[in-house]
Amino acid sequence: MTSVAAPTVLRANTFAKESLREVIGVASITGLTMIYVSAIGMVAVFNERFIIDPVLTMGYLVLFSIPVFAGHRFTRQEALEGLEVAPLSGADVAKAVVAGALAGFFLASFALIVEIFPQLRDTFPNLSPKMVELITLGYGTGAAFVVLPVASGLLAAIGASVAWLPRKLYKASLVGISTVLITSVFDAVIDDFFDWLPAIPDFLYAPISGLTVVSAIVVFVLSATLSFVLSGRDTSIRERLTTSASGTGKRNQMILIGLIGIAIIVLPQFLGGILNELFTNVGFFLIMALGLNVVVGYAGLLDLGYVAFFAVGAYTMAILTSPLSPFFSPEWSWWLAFPFVLIVATIAGLLVGTPVLRMRGDYLAIVTLGFGEIVRITLLSDWLAPLFGGAQGIRQIPGIQVAGTEVSAITPELMIYAMMAFVFIAAYISWRIEDSRVGRAWAAMREDEDVAEAVGVDTVKAKLMAFITGAIIASFAGALFAAKVGSVFASSFQIVTSIIILVIVIVGGMGNIAGVAVGALILVGILGGPNQPGLLQEFGQFKLLLYGALLVYMMLKRPEGILPSKRRQQELHQEEVLQDAWLDKQAQAADLEGED
Amino acid sequence: MALLETRGLEKAFGGVRAIQDLDFAIDKGEIVSIIGPNGAGKTSFFNVVSGMFEPDGGQILFDGINIGGHTPSGIAKAGIARTFQNVRLFPNMTVLENVKVGQHCRTQRGIFSAIFQTPAFKREEKEIEEKAKDVLSFFGSRLVGYRFDEPAFTLSYANRRRLEIARAMATEPRVLLLDEPTAGMNPRETIELTDLIGRLRDERGFTIVVIEHDMKVVQGVSDRVLVLDHGVKIAEGKYEDVSRNEDVIEAYLGRPADIRKTR
Amino acid sequence: MTATAKKPPETEDSHQRERRALRLSWVDLFLWAIRIAAIIIIVVGLIGSIQKFIAGEGISAEGWRDLLVSSLSQGAMYGLLALGYSMVYGVLGFINFAHGEVFMSGTMVGFIAANWLFENGIWDSNPILSLLLVLLVAMVTSTLLAVIIERVAYRRLRGSPRLIPLITSIGMSFFIQYSFAGFFGAGFNTYPPPPEILAGSVTIFGVEIRTTQLTVIIIAIVAMIGLWYFVTKTKTGRAVRAVAEDKEIAGLMGINVDRTIVAVFAIGGAMAGVAALMWALLFRSVNFLTGFIPGIKAFTAAVLGGVGNMAGAMGGGVLLGLFEGLGPLLILGGLGIEGATQLKDAVAFMALVLVLVFRPSGLFGERLGSDDRV
Repeated sequence: MTSVAAPTVLRANTFAKESLREVIGVASITGLTMIYVSAIGMVAVFNERFIIDPVLTMGYLVLFSIPVFAGHRFTRQEALEGLEVAPLSGADVAKAVVAGALAGFFLASFALIVEIFPQLRDTFPNLSPKMVELITLGYGTGAAFVVLPVASGLLAAIGASVAWLPRKLYKASLVGISTVLITSVFDAVIDDFFDWLPAIPDFLYAPISGLTVVSAIVVFVLSATLSFVLSGRDTSIRERLTTSASGTGKRNQMILIGLIGIAIIVLPQFLGGILNELFTNVGFFLIMALGLNVVVGYAGLLDLGYVAFFAVGAYTMAILTSPLSPFFSPEWSWWLAFPFVLIVATIAGLLVGTPVLRMRGDYLAIVTLGFGEIVRITLLSDWLAPLFGGAQGIRQIPGIQVAGTEVSAITPELMIYAMMAFVFIAAYISWRIEDSRVGRAWAAMREDEDVAEAVGVDTVKAKLMAFITGAIIASFAGALFAAKVGSVFASSFQIVTSIIILVIVIVGGMGNIAGVAVGALILVGILGGPNQPGLLQEFGQFKLLLYGALLVYMMLKRPEGILPSKRRQQELHQEEVLQDAWLDKQAQAADLEGED
Repeated sequence: MALLETRGLEKAFGGVRAIQDLDFAIDKGEIVSIIGPNGAGKTSFFNVVSGMFEPDGGQILFDGINIGGHTPSGIAKAGIARTFQNVRLFPNMTVLENVKVGQHCRTQRGIFSAIFQTPAFKREEKEIEEKAKDVLSFFGSRLVGYRFDEPAFTLSYANRRRLEIARAMATEPRVLLLDEPTAGMNPRETIELTDLIGRLRDERGFTIVVIEHDMKVVQGVSDRVLVLDHGVKIAEGKYEDVSRNEDVIEAYLGRPADIRKTR
Repeated sequence: MTATAKKPPETEDSHQRERRALRLSWVDLFLWAIRIAAIIIIVVGLIGSIQKFIAGEGISAEGWRDLLVSSLSQGAMYGLLALGYSMVYGVLGFINFAHGEVFMSGTMVGFIAANWLFENGIWDSNPILSLLLVLLVAMVTSTLLAVIIERVAYRRLRGSPRLIPLITSIGMSFFIQYSFAGFFGAGFNTYPPPPEILAGSVTIFGVEIRTTQLTVIIIAIVAMIGLWYFVTKTKTGRAVRAVAEDKEIAGLMGINVDRTIVAVFAIGGAMAGVAALMWALLFRSVNFLTGFIPGIKAFTAAVLGGVGNMAGAMGGGVLLGLFEGLGPLLILGGLGIEGATQLKDAVAFMALVLVLVFRPSGLFGERLGSDDRV
């Protein structure tokens, strides 16, 4: 901006210094991340699975996508309000290459250290010769000092230079790559789905795992072309879907829900065993997530012991129906027991809700977590074993009797319908309540409890309502769980379950039913629940790590979730919305002036 | 009989007696202003009357019934609504929703009727909506039309104050407690609001207690003025009388220096 | 919301009782029922235990004394851990759920040091130096981790709604746990047996105490004195107190708020490192879940002592240690409940619930930042 010579020189100097700092900073973060994924064993475990046989394994994908992203960071263009976008420059690519190479050097040094000190393995079981071989690409630790910097420098350069691609092409190739990944990773789903047309999976997949090179190219080209042709047309659809407040948006939403509904009813006919089981698991978590969404998303009460209500539902059902219930065993049918499950859940909601009524939000979170653990520990204890069976749990729970048959684990194709029925009920309940007098009272309470009370909302009642509604919805899942699995154990109701449900709600979008559904589908479907495998069974041991990382990431980058509720989005981006509103107003004013 | 009356009201925070032995009464249809220097206990008085703080002693009689110690929501339901000195809306709810929440204590359909969408539920929702729109139309064109669905935080400051009053009106109170309704407004808006307070009584029949610093507003709206200082009532009466009262002038301007020393 | 104001004595009149009755809703009745039930259970349990004791059944006097000492030493550990929760809550107003993991990292990395020292024979030949080294390693690890977490996650969340940093810290907690599970494997690592000088027991005032437990208590006292000196006598310590009082004003007075908050996390982390060594001495065996339950218990201790109150945190820790160590046997045992020690964690959580029902501001009073005071 200034034309004076001296400050320009000064600026150039600081610019160089800043660049150096940036490069070293990015390089160390990149290198450390690569070392991290290697040292926790992720690379080795993921290496068992091919993405494209025999070119790329999932392990290498994880390891070497890191320098690509790092390189991309240098040329990423963020359009900030009112600021000019900095032009792309070759210097950025050079920086990316240096940073990538440096990161590769770090990784090579790490490999060397692991090789020199084999005793490290006593403490760190993953620092094995096999891992060294893997991360040095089989070239040995000496050659790695050449190979790894070159490779990761190159990858960083690729990551940086994609910014030069035209927008449309860039998007198309992104779609292509993601489609290749998705088809490869979800082989089980596609295999399962195309039972009736085995030619498709046969063409797509290599014998062990992953796509073949040919099929990968075909999938990439097809999807990328499709995206290229269609690009620009999908935005209007998305817009229509997300604007839920207006009348037309609501109608479109209804149509969409209807379509999804039909698909849901027809689809299970085509599903094989694996997918059936998977969707049933997703259903359990979805029901609970919908319930927690009422408590956290609508009423703003962070309940970390939510799994306790699930346990209450499952145990009540078990005691009332199983002949092996140790203390009290009326051996009722599922249908007869169900109303009592709801009653017990209501009481549980009251018992947990009442002591925490006057607590601060965060104290409430910890206390509910405590309640969750108290429930689990007492169910597990020898003391109450005569009532609840202790560590043995309660077995031989009958299924749901429908028209002469019994719906349970033995009949998975019927179980999924029972599951869907309850998912629907839970979703319907939360949908209806949200836009009612009680829903508004919850929203008001979440925003400002004192004021809500002052304008006539009985917050004590509203809070208890939220707890009870949440407890009842969770007990749906519990009652179904007991019927499906046929036995209940206290160990099924751990803190992690509560946390995973919370992650689903937060990742999906607090307060938004569709968001919660998407969250449950993606998270439980891919990663799986605490004891249930997801589609990517390799993720098994890293499941909770990823759940934790996701939670942190979402809170930092997108606290409103993937599909935010309208209110949340505003709440968390108030300043931006205000800015937009101001800009709108300016524009309007300008228009008015023009008219005059 | 007075509509709202306090007898010997007491409230202390730690060692500070915010309200001391306060007797106050307002008849139906009256507008009474409460004035006094900062820290005189005006807002504390509102907080106690609206139930946000529990009184330490004395009685609060509303229509002859002691409401001291009830919950704020109970008091709102009984018929006393308030606004806040630093506007406190539900910023992420829409304008219409803010007012609808005010209807909460006048309606009763619960979760079950919402789930089953009973006719009674639908009727009530419709009534709530109509009532909310009616209340908002009281402020002219400011809070209607496309503004219904705007989130409250997008409103201008003056409109937020108006919306807060609308929300209080929606609770269908008999007594409105307005805490510095003109604070932060420009002279034109202040004049408009002065007029509005009068209309609130004349058109809607509210009995109004207003805390105010702007003497022009006080003069313009009040039937009676009550002056507080250090939680004690130091004067009460017509504006003209009160404004000439020596205690009042002293409370605002301070005592002459020599007297203060002996204090 | 209900203001806890002192009533001037002159306002006590006949109306007082009437108003109370009005405010006493069924919620209060329920809470009172909980309080009364808790008191009855405790009293009946205690009486039962005393009867048993007099009848010569159950645990002997020596048994109780050992239990008391071990509870005290565990309580001291909780107290040091509670400091981290308490200080962060006092300054930033959120529960740093990941603090338990900060502690766990100390125990895990401390194990590497201890194991190395043991394999090279230094552990037995030079026990004091070894323990100090392990302490140093644990403290450095925990401090570093605490500071890194603050830098990576919490700093960006300042000023966001209260629950957001809490949720972030929960995610952080799981991330750290399973990262350590990845690094170290999911199995248990066992510290080498305590060096010989700590193996036996000493007799103080005629009471025989295991040396490890005594060491733990001494370490806690030394750490507390060090902390007290730091907070009251040094410049950084004064800055910490000022920032805890009011961030904004402290900033206006020229205190570097960011750096001071880092200091808060560092102190908390260092104390967690000390607690890590105590854990190693008391329990020896560690894995990636070591920090989770102690973390929640330490938070309980922090609440018990009054959040933001440093001395309170230590007192709360000791109380919780006693309650958890003696409670199950003394109270549940007295009620004739079998396998009472199984319920140890449930008792600790129950303590949390009861504290928050009885006295949410803690036994020794809260000290919160200006934004969090009600």
